[in-house]
Amino acid sequence: MTINGWLQILFFLALVFLVTKPMGVYMARVFNREKTFMDPVMRPIERVIYRLTAVDENHEMRWTEYAIAMLLFSAVSMIVLYAIQRLQGVLPFNPQKFAGVTPTHLAFNTAASFTSNTNWQAYSGESTMSYFTQMAGLAFHNFISAATGIALAIAFIRGIARRQMQTIGNFWVDMVRSCLWVLLPVSIVGGLVLVSQGVIQNLRPYDKAALIEPMQVQKTGPDGKPMVGPDGKPVMDTITQQTIAQGPVASQEIIKEFGTNGGGFFNANSAHPFENPTPLTNLIEMLAIFTIGAGLTYTLGRMTGSQAHGWAVWAAMAILFMAGCVVAYWAEARGNPLLAGVDQRVTASQSGGNMEGKEVRFGMANSTLFATVTTDASCGAINGWHDSYTPLGGLVPLANMMMSEVIFGGVGSGVYGMLIDVVLAVFIAGLMVGRTPEYLGKKIEAYDVKMAMLFVLVFPLVILTFAAISSVRTFGTAGISNPGPHGFTQVLYAFVSGAANNGSAFNGLTVNTLWYDTAIGFDMLLGRFFMMIPMLAIAGNLAQKKYVPPSSGTFPVTTPLFTVLLIGVILIVGALTFFPAVSLGPLLEHLLMAAGKTF
Amino acid sequence: MKKNLLTAFLMTIATTILLGIIYPLVVTGIARVLFPNQANGQLIEVNGKLVGSRLLAQGFTGASYFHPRPSAVNYDPTNSNGSQLGPTNHQLIDRVKGDVAALQAENPGTPIPIDLVTTSASGFDPDITPAAAEFQIPRVAKARGMSEDSLRQLVRQHTEGRQFGFLGEPRVNVLELNLALDRTPDKLASR
Repeated sequence: MTINGWLQILFFLALVFLVTKPMGVYMARVFNREKTFMDPVMRPIERVIYRLTAVDENHEMRWTEYAIAMLLFSAVSMIVLYAIQRLQGVLPFNPQKFAGVTPTHLAFNTAASFTSNTNWQAYSGESTMSYFTQMAGLAFHNFISAATGIALAIAFIRGIARRQMQTIGNFWVDMVRSCLWVLLPVSIVGGLVLVSQGVIQNLRPYDKAALIEPMQVQKTGPDGKPMVGPDGKPVMDTITQQTIAQGPVASQEIIKEFGTNGGGFFNANSAHPFENPTPLTNLIEMLAIFTIGAGLTYTLGRMTGSQAHGWAVWAAMAILFMAGCVVAYWAEARGNPLLAGVDQRVTASQSGGNMEGKEVRFGMANSTLFATVTTDASCGAINGWHDSYTPLGGLVPLANMMMSEVIFGGVGSGVYGMLIDVVLAVFIAGLMVGRTPEYLGKKIEAYDVKMAMLFVLVFPLVILTFAAISSVRTFGTAGISNPGPHGFTQVLYAFVSGAANNGSAFNGLTVNTLWYDTAIGFDMLLGRFFMMIPMLAIAGNLAQKKYVPPSSGTFPVTTPLFTVLLIGVILIVGALTFFPAVSLGPLLEHLLMAAGKTF
Repeated sequence: MKKNLLTAFLMTIATTILLGIIYPLVVTGIARVLFPNQANGQLIEVNGKLVGSRLLAQGFTGASYFHPRPSAVNYDPTNSNGSQLGPTNHQLIDRVKGDVAALQAENPGTPIPIDLVTTSASGFDPDITPAAAEFQIPRVAKARGMSEDSLRQLVRQHTEGRQFGFLGEPRVNVLELNLALDRTPDKLASR
């Protein structure tokens, strides 16, 4: 670890702090339909969209209608994405002439993945998806799944803020305003900034470059394994060309981060120099991941009239974020003790540490910071392979997701996930003093806590069931690439990532199989929509309650004590639920690695 | 329900056209005008022939060139990936052991920088650390009949510091360094 490394991490945290208020104020204005500087441009477009889609923008929805509209929109757009993938062979913008995506379970998995804001990728973009599928299928879902998340968070906040009302807003209006006022302007400007740094943006066919020095590589046989001749020596092949994959990357890259989607244009995601060429693009991408999540804490404070509460939630997020940074940076910078004869120290001319699966321009500080950020939020973009992280370094992304990604979190989903934890925290505080818990003037009653528990329990239930089946049946274990406890971690990580709608992976796991494509597909859908419904139910229930003025028995939700209690609830709900599984994976591997064992 | 279903269909079409087609094409158009070189991948031509991209490493193996980091995918940009080997996987430990032995023979007694024996995340990390470039100077100098000092100076010219003085890590772009090597006049004719 270096002083410069810590400086970069703290600089990043300072930037997150600085964007929180402006972003939060702006979003509060957008969703309260107050005047903003974007109105002259966006208001006409908004009106046209409502006219074309038969939306009455003054119609208010109960939570049930809000949920139905959201589910219908998700279902229809998911089917369209499936169709685009299957039909891409006859659609435009396909210079590489990619055929329709096969097998069908891969197309299903990808459709579920992008609809649920997960962006789990069982395919490799540069060899599977046409430019049309990337733009109109995948990047499009980056917008609308993010907009859906923001809409739901706003609906939940309205539930807290409104008094004795039956409705929580209009899904279509919230979704469209998220797209037009929040996501689109930042994507246009941010995308162009990324291009200026070297992120590519074109519709060219792949270029073929003549190598300066031809390269000898071992031939791959028809079975996909390296070929060996009858004499036992490898069969070599001379390569003289490098095919350079191209595409409209920057426009997808920025919304991939800003909407915490995470699906890379290329297989290597933000480790690919065409997606993330410089330390500055790396910083912009990380900041984009946290901006909306951080801003929404301010929006929460503003719309509920308790700005201090918004900051108390922000503080809990920041503390958990820094804890992840410290552990990941420390673990990776120590390097891999099993590698002999190499220099893993930090010196003036190298950043040292565990460089397997990482890129030189990012080194230890920026690789581990990115890994922490992408899993605190539900992004899932990566700039280094988590599969090759040391056991404790890889535990940080896993643990972040197990806490249900409430640390700044996915756009929208982070805040409503966090607010469920807040409901539980005030409930526990209420139990301790023996009074009916209150939250910002609303009594938290049995129905609310039941729904909150449903929200909390769906998550581990889905993950542990699927992971358990995959660990004992051959259709699950066949996909494992790293033997020993690491193999179990690969499987566990996959289902945690799916249900948490993250999308990053321990990528050695072979997942494009009937079992994994289908199981992770449902894992993602359940983790998204089965958690949204109880959340909306709480919102609807809170909205119709009377306001109860705070009394001496009310537990204040604006104090450091509240922040500590909230962190405690997050750790207990996340960590204790998964501790047995974690001890069989990364913790065991760490102990065995320290003992010098390999697999 | 019925009205919302109709809206769901129409909304999917309307937003696909705006966000899925118009938006990326507008960004492509503006990028082409403002940043044509970057938008196309910073391609490098030598004598009118495309030889690569500044951002993608090529698999140099000859003694007279600097070598990039190992690649799990033969530096193939249509197949970007890392090794995906876990830290306790014996395949990783054995591979590094083999690479270490080869590098030690080439430059005995010098510690081997970690990035030279670990595969990158993309499969074509364009950069090596300054330490990894320094490690290779004796070999390249010998193969080209150049003095180590003049080579060191060339490496220094191609070393990029931290962005704005504090972001990222210092690095050396291998393809650009090797192209510069080929342009230097004092290379051996017998190479």
